[in-house]
Parts: sequence; C-alpha cells; structure tokens
Amino acid sequence: MDSQMNTHARPSKLIKGATGDWEIVIGMEIHAQVSSNSKLFSGASTEFGGDPNAHVSLVDAAMPGMLPVINRECVAQAIRTGLGLKAQINCRSVFDRKNYFYPDLPQGYQISQYKSPIVGEGTVIVDVTASEQIQVGIERLHLEQDAGKSLHDQSPTDSFVDLNRSGVALMEIVSKPDLRSAEEARAYVTKLRTILRYLGTCDGDMEKGSLRADVNVSVRKPGAPLGTRCEIKNVNSIRFIGQAVDVEARRQIGILEDGGKIDQETRLFDPGKGETRSMRSKEEAHDYRYFPDPDLLPLEFEQSYVDELASHLPELPDEKKARFMRDYGLPSYDAGVLVMERASADYYENVAKGRDAKAAANWVINELFGRLNKEGKDIETSPVSADQLGGIVDLISAGTISGKIAKDLFEIVFTEGGDPRELVETRGMKQVTDTGAIEAAVDAIIAANPDKVAQAQAKPTMLGWFVGQVMKQTGGKANPQAVNDVLKSKLGI
Amino acid sequence: MTQPTDLTLADARNALRDRKISSVELTQAHLDAMEKARALNCFVAETPVQALAMAKASDVRLAKGEGGVLEGLPLGIKDLYATKGVHTQACSHILDKFRPEYESTVTAQLWRDGAVMLGKLNMDEFAMGSSNETSYYGPVASPWLPPKWTEDNARSALASDKRGLLVPGGSSGGSASAVAARLCLGATASDTGGSIRQPAAFTGTVGIKPTYGRCSRWGMVAFASSLDQAGPIARTVRDCAIMLGSMAGYDPKDTTSVDAPVPDYEKSVGASIRGKKIGIPKEYRIEGMPAEIDRLWQQGIAWLKAAGAEIVDISLPHTKTALPAYYIVAPAEASSNLARYDGVRYGLRVPGRDISDMYEQTRAKGFGKEVRRRIMIGTYVLSAGYYDAYYVRAQKIRTLIKRDFELAYASGVDAILTPATPSAAFGIGEKGSADPVEMYLNDVFTVTVNMAGLPGLAVPAGYTADGLPLGLQLIGRPFDEETLFSLAEVIEQSAGRVTLPKPWWN
Repeated sequence: MDSQMNTHARPSKLIKGATGDWEIVIGMEIHAQVSSNSKLFSGASTEFGGDPNAHVSLVDAAMPGMLPVINRECVAQAIRTGLGLKAQINCRSVFDRKNYFYPDLPQGYQISQYKSPIVGEGTVIVDVTASEQIQVGIERLHLEQDAGKSLHDQSPTDSFVDLNRSGVALMEIVSKPDLRSAEEARAYVTKLRTILRYLGTCDGDMEKGSLRADVNVSVRKPGAPLGTRCEIKNVNSIRFIGQAVDVEARRQIGILEDGGKIDQETRLFDPGKGETRSMRSKEEAHDYRYFPDPDLLPLEFEQSYVDELASHLPELPDEKKARFMRDYGLPSYDAGVLVMERASADYYENVAKGRDAKAAANWVINELFGRLNKEGKDIETSPVSADQLGGIVDLISAGTISGKIAKDLFEIVFTEGGDPRELVETRGMKQVTDTGAIEAAVDAIIAANPDKVAQAQAKPTMLGWFVGQVMKQTGGKANPQAVNDVLKSKLGI
Repeated sequence: MTQPTDLTLADARNALRDRKISSVELTQAHLDAMEKARALNCFVAETPVQALAMAKASDVRLAKGEGGVLEGLPLGIKDLYATKGVHTQACSHILDKFRPEYESTVTAQLWRDGAVMLGKLNMDEFAMGSSNETSYYGPVASPWLPPKWTEDNARSALASDKRGLLVPGGSSGGSASAVAARLCLGATASDTGGSIRQPAAFTGTVGIKPTYGRCSRWGMVAFASSLDQAGPIARTVRDCAIMLGSMAGYDPKDTTSVDAPVPDYEKSVGASIRGKKIGIPKEYRIEGMPAEIDRLWQQGIAWLKAAGAEIVDISLPHTKTALPAYYIVAPAEASSNLARYDGVRYGLRVPGRDISDMYEQTRAKGFGKEVRRRIMIGTYVLSAGYYDAYYVRAQKIRTLIKRDFELAYASGVDAILTPATPSAAFGIGEKGSADPVEMYLNDVFTVTVNMAGLPGLAVPAGYTADGLPLGLQLIGRPFDEETLFSLAEVIEQSAGRVTLPKPWWN
C-alpha cells in the first residue's frame, strides 16, 4: 500500500554519513502469540509458566502416529487480526512443513504457511509523532507453530528441552519495507500491538515473549535501489528494536563508506554491548524443504464466516481516534494518546460523558497518565476511578474548586481515595465566592500595606501581588475572579 | 473336525456365537500355532497373556449373548499400529523399546468390537519394501513352498538364513504370511503403494486397501501421509469385509479421514454384479509380463462376464508415470515424517560429541539401508532448486493419474480389473540387492491406486504353472468398497478357495 509514498526518501529521516546522506530501509516480521486456550494443532494448554513439559500432548511431543488437528479458535483469531490490519482474508490457505532439525522442534518440522497464507496484503496507519503519520504495508500474515525451549543451565553435560511452548499458535505478521527510521519502527510495533490488544488476538506482552520481532535492516543512498539486508532475530522489546535499527544501520554505513559490502546474514542484537553480531550467513542458511503438510487438508472457510467475524469486531483504534476527534473535538495527538490502550479510551469516555470533553482529556492525559506513570501503574490498576475523576472535573466546572485546588484534591483521591465531593466538604477545600469574606481580607491587606497600595495605583500590574496575598490568607480557596474584581474596585484601578 | 485355526473368520465367528467353541480355545489354538511357526518370523512380539485375558472377557460376553462383530476372534496386528504398552516399532531399530501410551484408532475399534490381540506382526521397516526383507527383525518366510522344493529343503532353509524360501511380499509380509499360515484369523495391514495387495497376492490371501480417508491414520506410524491407508488381510473376501467394517470410520483426530457412514460391507459379499461395468485398462498390459499373468487376467474377465458384468476397454494413459512419481512423493513425505526419530525423546539414542553428532549416529544406526535411501531421495527432491523439477512435477502427474480414473468412472465404469502383481512371489535374497528399482517394480500395478486415493482389493484367482498363487486387483470408485467385495466374491467363488500350504514348518 502506498508504495508511491514509500519509494521516495523522506528527507527528515536521512542520516548523515561521511559520504553524504543515507536512508535506512526497515521491514519487520512480528511473531505474535495467538490468544487461545489451547495450541494450534493440539488440545494442550497454552498457559504461561507451569513446570517444564507440563503442557505437552502426544502431538506436541511428536509421538509416532500422531496427527495435527487445526484449532478453529486460532483460525478465527488470525482472521480477526487480518481484518484489523485491513487485509485481504484468504478463504483458502495451505499449511506447509518447514523442515529442520533442532531438539526443541520435536516433529523435525514446523507447521507453517508458506505459499498460501491465511491473510494477504493490508495496511497499518502509524502516528510517528504528533504531526507525522505514515502508512505501513502489510505483506502477509500466516499461522505457525512455536517451538519448545532448550535449557542449557540444568546439567553440566546435557541440555534439557521444555516443550510447553511447542505447538503454541503464532501469527507471523510481515510488513513491507516501508519503515525509514528507528522511531518509525518503534511506532509501527507499538501500533501493531495496540491493534492486537484491541482485537484480543494477542496479549502483546513482550516480556513473556508473546510478541517478538525479526527486524530486516538495509541502507542505501536516497533514490538508489534497495541495499543488501541483514535480519536481526528475536528482538524482544520496543526499545531494543529502535536500538538495534540504529546500531545496525550505523554498522552497515560504516562498512559501505569504507568501501566494503554487506553480506546478507542473520544477526543477533546484544543490548548489553549495544551491537549486533553475526548468527549465520546466507550460505549457512537452512534449506527448509517446504512442502504442503499432507496431514492437513487446505484450510477453507466461507466468506460469510469472515463477515460474521467482522461484524463482531470491536471498534479499532483508528476508528476510535477519528470518533474522539469528531465527537469530542480533541486534537489528533490527544485522541491518539487516549486510544493507545482500549482501557484508557474506555476510561476517558466514562470521564467525558456529559462533561467538558476537552477538560476531561486534559485531566486523563496530563494528570492521571502522568501520575500513573510515576507510580508504574496502568489504567487497569488506577487508584482513581473514572467516576472519581469525573467528580473532580464536575467540581471545577461548577466553580466549587479552582483548578489549583483540584490538583490537590486529585492527589488526595489518588493516594487516599474517597469521594471528591465529600473530601471538598470535609477538608474545607471549597472555593470562597462570598464577596463579604473576600472584601474583609482585601481591606485588611490594604490597611497593612499602604506603600504597596500607592505602588499599585501607579503601576496596575502590581495587582498580582495583592491577589497572591489574598489567596495566601484564604488558603487558596478564594475565587480568583472575585478577588480581582474586589481588589480593582477597592484600589480604584 | 477341522482345526480351529483352519476356520475362516466368518466361520469362527459363527462357531463362537453358536457356542461350538470358546474364544479361549480358539485363541489358544492360534497361540500354539504361532509358537510352532516362530521360524517363519511372522510375529515380532507375541502377547499371549493379553490374548487369553481378552478371550476370557469375550467368552463372558458371548455367554450372555452379547459382544461386538469381532467378539472373541484372534487377530494379528502389524507392528505399524500403536498398541498401548506393547511393542510398536514399525520394525525399525530406531524405535528401540518404544511402547506407546496410546492405542491407534483402528486397533481401538477392533478391541471395541471384541477382537483378541495375538501379537505384533513383522513388516518392512517403516513399511518401506515389497518383500519384508528390510525389517530390523529379519525377513519373513512365506508358508508357500518354493517351486520344486521339498518340505525338508524348506525346513533346513528355515533353520538357517531363509535364503531361497519365498518372500511373503511387503510391506505387510508378516500379516500376509501369518494369515496364510493360519496363525491368526485375519490381520491388520497398511498400504502406501501396494503393501496390502501385493503380499495378499503373493500368499493366496485377500487384502483390501480402502479409499484414502476411510480408516483413521491416528496411531499408525506414518510413512507417506497422503498415501498411507489401513486395511485388512484375511483368507476370504467375506472375512476382509467383516474386518474392514470394524476398522473403518471417521475419526476427528485425523482430519484426512472422511465423515461418511460405514456400510455393512458383509452384505455386499454375494450381492449380484449383473450390469456392473468393468473397465480393462490397456496400459496394464506391460512389456515382459509373464503370459500366465495375462491368462489369469483373461480368466478373471471371463468370470465377471459370466456373472453378468459388462466388460469395457478403457485407457488410463498416465499409468506409466505413476511409479516414478510415487518414488518421489512417497520418499519426500517420508523424509519429513521420519525426522522425528532423532534420539531426543524416545527410541534409540546413540550418544555423540554434540547434538548434530548424536543425530547422525542415532539415525545412521537406527535406520536400515532402504529407509536411509528413501530419506535421502526424499530430502533431495524437496531441496531448493530440485523441488519444482521433482516434487511439483510428481504432484502434477498425480493429478493426471487421478484424472485418468475420474474420466473412466465418469464414462460409466463401476470398477477396474487388473493383475495385482507383475509376477508371483520370488525368493528371499533374490531381488533388489543390486538395483532397488527391481524391487520397486513390484508395485507397478498398485501404486496408481494410492496416488489416486482409490480403493483397491487383491483376490487370489489362480496359480502359476509352478503352483504359486496369483492375484487379481479390483479398483473401485471412491468409497465404493462394496462393489469391490461383490466382484471379488465372484472371482473367489469362480476360482475356488485357495488351498493353503500344509504346515510343513511345524
């Protein structure tokens, strides 16, 4: 999609080398673990953790005579994901065997989809910054089995194998080489993760390995044909993806500027050393001897099944963002931040309901998110509920408390809890709008500071000093507008 | 009175039902026969304790007038089928000491219906072979005496290396030999390129490979998944029909099995074949085929005609290409299916310096020569740069072969009659040692049927001049095993039941 746009170098993305500008070209293969109770071709549980080899069926252990049976829920999840990526859904796809020997691959082959994937081309819209949006083409999405895990630290002489992950369903989501910087790569993965979480098709938990990225990086002079790429395998955090891109691009530019050439190879990113290292060269690459798995018939379903799934899809982030901009009048950036997580968007909508939507957005984004970040909490574990935050917004708009007091109130609700309205009452945080009380305070200050009165009459900006004094005396509860009005009339300015 | 072991499966069933014999008696008679016939090497594992326990339980059910269609009938099981807690190695060293914790669907259905397990039957290693000579457990001798041999000659050969004795065919050599020698009433077998039909033809027994998808492959050690199919070998057409009725059926654990009701196959045995249109494919008249095979074929045509069938000449033009294409597709799938035997989780492990060395040592020692050859062929034809030239072309040929049959059936043909094998049984050690293709040619008439996924049945129809049994093959429409049973019954009745050799091996 939009290859037109992406074939042209984006000048702001170019990086300087000794011989001029270079363009980084990035494509990604994301392995996303399908959210499902059981594995892709067996009934074994997909639960994370558990003792080694606790979730292994006869099929997962590749016992003689065992046969795979497709898990329909995994198929539905792949279709939902394809729909979320605005992609072509293929009603007929084929499972192939990818043959190689490894102890954590019990069958001696991985069941994957090679020539006929379940999902074809699609598009992801990515907000790179507040003002920059790009479209990233999706090449394909296919279903495949995860492998087990080799454990090398259990015995001085042997390696052990844990097959709990063996056969768990993965979606491999392949992008087109449409990304041009580490920042874009990070933004793309972040957006993809948001979409997957909205759909509920992958939990996106990179720490648990639910989302892993293989990053293909090459560099070229702007306008030149694509350079030779290197694939950086299994990068497991968004931050590392960005680092790996930068480090690898710099390595390649260095080699090219020294007159060398890039060897196509698979590399590993070492976050500790901040470098990529060769894992295997093209010559060492496996010949996977792909062929259609004869144990499985082609995967076929009707378009009506796809339509049925489509009709039950949740509102996706792009649509939600557009709606927030349209219905709540939010700027693009704010709407984008709010829809990043489905739970945040829902929270925001609860706060905004029947209230000043922009004020609600400010409170959610600036106060709540900021405070949650500081505490390392997320929206699901927020100590302030949408109702409580809505109550605070209500108190401001009713003029019961000032914006400044509201921040104090928020802090109390965040740390101690409680109903904002009651707190305002019991802690005497109510704004003083009674002009009698304000007048008394103003009179007292004027009487005590005749020199300042003279100064203020000569220079009206001195009014601020008086306002400060009144606020101090009233514990910040005086209505600032009322204070201003009273001061102006008493001072005659 | 006839020996209990000489009964057909159907007669034994009736005798049990009529309480003329008990299952324990019947089973013990077979266990005794097995013991005396050990030199034939049909069984690689005998399960007498289990057999008698099952027989006893069957007798209890029979006494109450209960029991399934195979209640109390002792059977042999090809070593390819997973049998819980019992030797299951597909006669390979690489599955050394493997005893599964599970039961194959097909055998589970036999036990569900009351059958009694006598033990596990010898076979070519991983079902790769046409003579049962590739078994890790050594060759099986056919109970048929080689032409002009005396019983004494045969007994002394049996006591030494078996050279010169006849092969029972393969890969289901143990099954065919055990059935012909009356060591079991019937046996499970499996057929990837002819492994039921060729041994049946070589031993004067009846074997059917049903339509691909008719029986579940779950729990059968895989050779070539798109071609493998379970089936029975027994002494009569009726016996095969009874056994297949129990073995067949949809299994949600095998998504290539077909969800269609299983007919009462026994009912089709003896049904009229009047008006059935039988195709005679000219391409099966191959160069160098012995005249007696051709005469047998003509005889078969005459019998079916006499019973009211209509004979038509048909053409299956891609027949010639089937064997070479088969020897690409089957090894390709096998090379992948056998990758799991790596020494990591079960079976043989030969220690090595590192993981690759362990793999290499284990697989070099664990697999026999023919299996290694096919893994190498299969790996080669799937390799980058060769895939299109071999595997893809072979698949195209497969489509054409299938189309040949479809056109024949579309023209109104109900079944096709061909010879089962291009020759009678040959001697142990006689073929294939210099050129494996010599052995592969055994399957020339049978592989087409696997490539097209059709049902095929081999029935004895006569003898060579030397007195060795010869069989004819009937090929049917998909899932029309019933027509094959009806036609085969006509041939069996017309040819007269085979006179099986007396037990000279005792």
